[in-house]
Amino acid sequence: MKEHFLYAKGIHKRFGAVQALKGVDFEVACGEVVGLVGDNGAGKSTLMKILSGALLPDQGEIYIQGEKAHISSPQDARRYGIEMVYQDLALAENLDVPGNIFLGREVQYRLKGLGTRVLNRKYMERKTKELLSSLRIQIPSLRQRVRTMSGGQRQAVAIARTLLAQAKLVIMDEPTAALGVAEVEKVLDLIRRLKEHGVAVVFITHRLPHIFAVCDRIVVLRSGERVGERKTSETTMEEITQLIVGSKTDAVSGTVQDQ
Amino acid sequence: MSTGREGLAFLKRLVVERTATGVLLVLLAIILVTGIVNPRFFSGYNLQTLSRQVVIFGLLSIGETFVIVTGGIDLSLGSLTALLNVLAAWFMTHGFGVAGAVLATLAIAACFGMWHGFFVTKLKVPAFIITLGTFAAAKGLAAVITRGWPISGLPAGFSNLWEGMVAKVIPIPVVLFLLVALLAHFVLGYTVWGQHLYAVGGNLEAARRFGIRINRVRMAAYVVSALSAGVVALLIAARLNQGNPTVGTFYEMYAIAGVVIGGASLFGGEGSVIGGILGASIISVLWNALVLLRVSSYWHEVTVGAIIVVAVTVDVLRRLRGQTVP
Repeated sequence: MKEHFLYAKGIHKRFGAVQALKGVDFEVACGEVVGLVGDNGAGKSTLMKILSGALLPDQGEIYIQGEKAHISSPQDARRYGIEMVYQDLALAENLDVPGNIFLGREVQYRLKGLGTRVLNRKYMERKTKELLSSLRIQIPSLRQRVRTMSGGQRQAVAIARTLLAQAKLVIMDEPTAALGVAEVEKVLDLIRRLKEHGVAVVFITHRLPHIFAVCDRIVVLRSGERVGERKTSETTMEEITQLIVGSKTDAVSGTVQDQ
Repeated sequence: MSTGREGLAFLKRLVVERTATGVLLVLLAIILVTGIVNPRFFSGYNLQTLSRQVVIFGLLSIGETFVIVTGGIDLSLGSLTALLNVLAAWFMTHGFGVAGAVLATLAIAACFGMWHGFFVTKLKVPAFIITLGTFAAAKGLAAVITRGWPISGLPAGFSNLWEGMVAKVIPIPVVLFLLVALLAHFVLGYTVWGQHLYAVGGNLEAARRFGIRINRVRMAAYVVSALSAGVVALLIAARLNQGNPTVGTFYEMYAIAGVVIGGASLFGGEGSVIGGILGASIISVLWNALVLLRVSSYWHEVTVGAIIVVAVTVDVLRRLRGQTVP
C-alpha cells in the first residue's frame, strides 16, 4: 500500500445538538484523487474544514506523512502543504492574474535600507506564465482583471495558486458546481494535472459523473459516518448512490440532486 | 454611420470606464472652454492661483484615494484640516518653533488616522460613521481652542511655504505637491502594501484568508488620509499666516468628488493617485472657471454636488454592468 500523505483518525465534531461527525477515518495517499460524496449534511464540508484548519475537531487525530499534526488554523494547514480552494473561490476580482496568484506572498525586489517592499511584477508575471502553462491553462491576457474572466478561468487561477504554494494536498469544495459543460471538462483536466504533479486532491461534489471522471477512490459519508469506500474502477454510480442514500429503492439515477 | 457609432463607443468608454486618459480629456476640455470664454484664465497670475488650489484639493484627494481604494471613506478631512490648522498655529505661537510645530501637527494627524483605523478594523464601526464623528467634533474643537477667533502672529518666513517660488515661477507648494504625488503613486502602484490596499478593497475575506494583515493594511490607509489633512493644514497656515477654525469647509467633499471623478469606486478596489489628482484638478478648474465667469459662489457647491451625484451614479452603473459579465 502507498504511503498516506494524510491520515485522520476517529474525527468527532458536534455542533450543539447535532453530531456532525461521529468518529470518521479518512486518508489520502500522495498524488491520489479522492472523491468525497454524501448527501447534504453528511459531514463532507465539516470534515474538510477540519483538515484545512478552519474548524477544530472535538476528538480525533490527524497524521501527516506518519507524524501527528497539529492543525488549529488555515495557516497551520498551509504549513503542512494543505490548501483549500473555496466554493466561492475567494479571489480579489479587481486584481489581475499574477496579483491573485501571488496575493499574500508577493515577490519583492531586495532593496536594502529603502524601508519599503517593492513588487517584482516582471518576475511574478513570468512565474505565473510558467504555472499556467504547466497546468495547460490558457488565459489570453494576464493583465486581465479576474472580474472579467469566466468561472472556469477563475477556478484555474485559484488552482494555480495552490501549485505556487507547492501544496501536497488540495481540497476542492464543489469546484464544478457553477460551471458549464466545457468549463467543467477544463476543471476536471486541472485536477488530473495536479495529480500529474504529485499533488493529492480531495474533490467534493454532488455530481457523480465528475467524480467518476477523475477520482481514484470514492469515500461516502452518511449522517456523519463513513459508510463506504470504493475504488472507482471497481464500482458503479448506482452502487455509490445507494451508499449515499442508504437504500436501494431511492437509487433512481446516477446523480444525487441538491435538495 | 460607422464613424458615428465608433465615436459614440469612444465617448461611452471615456464616460463609463473613466480611464485616466478620459478624465484628462475632460479636464483639457474644461480648460479650453474657460480659456476661450475668459482669456484671463491663462494669465500667469491666475495659473499660479489655480495651481495652488489644485495643490490643496489634490493633496486631500491623494489621501482620500488610499482610504477609498480599501473600500472605506474618510469624511473628516475638511474638519481635520481646520483643527490641525489651528493646532499648527497654536504650536508655532507657543514656543514649539516651526519644525516642532510641523512635527507635532503631523503626529496628531497620524493619531487621528489611527483612531479612525482602530474603530474601522477592531470595532467594525463603518468608516462613514467614525469619520463623520470626527467631521463634527474636529470642527467644534478647532473653534473651542481658538474661542472662535483666528490665531495669528506666526513666525516670519513661514508664509514662504505658500508664497515662495522655485526658480521664480513655480510655487513651492506645487513642488511639494509633485513630490508627494510621485511618492504616493509609487507606493500605491508598485509596493506590496499598495497591492494589499487594492486586495483588501476588492475582497476583504479573500485577503484575510490569504494571510494579509488586513487590519494593519487598512489602519495605515486612514493614517495616510489624515496626514494629507495635516499637510494641507500647514499649507493653509502658511497661506493665511494664521490658524483659522473656519477653513476647510466642504474640503472632504471636494476630495471625495475628485477621487470618484478620477475613476475610483466607492465600493473599493479601484482608483489611482493620478486619477485622484486629475479629478481634484477638474474640481479646482471648475471652481476657478466659475469665479472667472462671475458665477455666484453659492453655485460652486451646487456644481460640486451635482458632479458627485453624476460620478457616483456612473460608478454604480458601471458596477451593475460589471456584474452581468459572465
